[in-house]
Amino acid sequence: MAAITLIEAITQALAWEMKHDDSVLVLGEDVGVNGGVFRATAGLQQSFGDSRVLDTPLDETTIAGLTVGLASQGMKPVAEVQFDGFVYPMLDHIVCHAARFRSRTRGRLTCPMVLRVPWGGGIRAPEHHSEANEAMFTNVPGLRVVLPSSPARAYGLLLAAIRDPDPVIYMEPKRIYRQYKEEVPDDGEALPLDVCFTLRDGTDVTLVTWGSQVKECLEAADALAGEGISAEVIDVATLKPLDFDTIAESVGRTGRVVIVHEAPKTAGFGAEIAARVAEECVYDLLAPVERVTGYDTPIPLFRLEMKYLPSVEKIVAAAKRTLAAS
Amino acid sequence: MTTRFDIEYLRVLGPDGRLVGKNPPALAKDTDRLVELYRQMLRVRTFDTKSVALQRTGKLGTYASCLGHEAAHVGIGAAMRPEDVFAPSYREYGAQFMRGVKPREVLMYWGGDERGNDFSGPKHDYPWCVPIGTQCLHAAGAALAFKLRGEKRVGVACVGDGGSSKTDTYAAINSAGAYGAPFVLCIINNQWAISVPRRAQTGAPTLAQKGLAGGLHCLQVDGNDIIAVVAAMEEACERARRGDGGTVLELVTYRLSDHTTADDARRYRPDDEVKAAWEEEPLKRIKAYLVAKKAWNEKKEQAWKAECGATVDEEVNAYLATKVQPIESIFDHLYADMPEDLARQRQQALDWEARR
Repeated sequence: MAAITLIEAITQALAWEMKHDDSVLVLGEDVGVNGGVFRATAGLQQSFGDSRVLDTPLDETTIAGLTVGLASQGMKPVAEVQFDGFVYPMLDHIVCHAARFRSRTRGRLTCPMVLRVPWGGGIRAPEHHSEANEAMFTNVPGLRVVLPSSPARAYGLLLAAIRDPDPVIYMEPKRIYRQYKEEVPDDGEALPLDVCFTLRDGTDVTLVTWGSQVKECLEAADALAGEGISAEVIDVATLKPLDFDTIAESVGRTGRVVIVHEAPKTAGFGAEIAARVAEECVYDLLAPVERVTGYDTPIPLFRLEMKYLPSVEKIVAAAKRTLAAS
Repeated sequence: MTTRFDIEYLRVLGPDGRLVGKNPPALAKDTDRLVELYRQMLRVRTFDTKSVALQRTGKLGTYASCLGHEAAHVGIGAAMRPEDVFAPSYREYGAQFMRGVKPREVLMYWGGDERGNDFSGPKHDYPWCVPIGTQCLHAAGAALAFKLRGEKRVGVACVGDGGSSKTDTYAAINSAGAYGAPFVLCIINNQWAISVPRRAQTGAPTLAQKGLAGGLHCLQVDGNDIIAVVAAMEEACERARRGDGGTVLELVTYRLSDHTTADDARRYRPDDEVKAAWEEEPLKRIKAYLVAKKAWNEKKEQAWKAECGATVDEEVNAYLATKVQPIESIFDHLYADMPEDLARQRQQALDWEARR
């Protein structure tokens, strides 16, 4: 078994599911012969034909609307939008229809679709190609919002997302698409949705994060360990619905929490986690909640983007502040 | 330089109830079927009148009347098969009744109850669609699914003259053309998008021609002429089923009512225009035609109206007798499997409702 990157794990999961479920199809701009702008669908049209892998006209509204139509009539479409910054025209269909068909029709019509969104900054991309807009989707009842952070989790969570009977927004941290490889068995085994993954045990402070910042947090935990501070690292993975129990249990033990995300701070998903900590864990806290996030500005063009994004150094500093407070 | 093209206009039955043109479709001779279609149109109008009255007396929420659209709506429903998929906007009750939706379900929807959308009739049909034009892409997506699976089914969407301006409507036309999907778009041009007249929506002389740019067949139809609507719809659906491409039909009609019961059209359109539109309304002409053919008479009319009144009353009573859904229903249909987090909110809602 060869070690593969996160993007290859996505291709592997798509191929597995298309091979085992005839109703699964892939659609988006340039996903066919070209294999997608990030190569996530490389080789799929050659393997499965152009009625399973469909290039769409260049219009995100079209992709979203057709996907809702396909999903509500017995298909399991996996739609790709090329970049996070292009999802905005799709929202009408995602919010008003995909997320609500089941509820609006009392279960008569459903929308088992996946929208794959290459997500976030850090790849020196042009304007509108680097947005962390996950919180927009977490406020929409009826959606699942999933953000994998490793090749193995990308594979297992994408399989779960396609098999889920409800719509899933599957956001892919493009910064780590090719950052490292790991062995991912192509066994069709899905990972559970709606649960956090505790990637490192610790006793002094809990680092809560998702997507590309998982790697940053693990490195921060290494750095903190060097200074005798034991940090637990939780990859939220499914933001909505949130498995808060895992976070609460950890914060109950450590008494300190640092929430890390690259989206802007105000009403970012970290605000929801902080509010839940305040509601359910406030008496366990030994220090105020810390957030390491993007600023409340658009992510800058790439000369400045690394100064905008959370970094190991910023995370270590925030963790130390929680320890200094108690 | 002017780009030239022709959009054909189909009218079979004039406002005076006489046939126009030389080669009427076969349906013009099928008086049995026309009587049935006319009866359906009368039934819809009875229902519509009653629904507006219910709203005025506080027994229904905001309601979108279909007054004047009876031929367009019933004609669409009559040409479709159960296995086709219908994506309405929010006033095409005539088409939906033809497909088995019950009047009580329409009332439940406008009466504030989601169960109206879990209607009788084809389970694959789309619910009423308030976000303008989005349904066009859902029908195009359904049509694409049929094409990919090799099924001889058609995706039909309705949109208004206002909705013909939406990105989604253009996107549906374009993508259905690109995929050669079995898609029929009915642009029901009732001249008014709330207060904005047809001429203010677009500089295009017809709305049907919007299909040209997507490579779809285009036809403008007298939407008050039930014979023309059924003939045009049947041809469009047949062509789609054969795999010969999609169609945009512009059904030209007039909204004789307010936009909804929350609107007052007297604020923005002249009485004379409405008066003139009543001269062209859809029921009168088909009735005159059938009476002249001795297939219908005043006695039959009165008897059928009485029957419509009774069945509509029955539907209204059934609607009024429905119990409000329990609070937990708002949680129970959101996901196939309820997330833990949501289950807790559900319990909180139940606890709150049960408080002493």
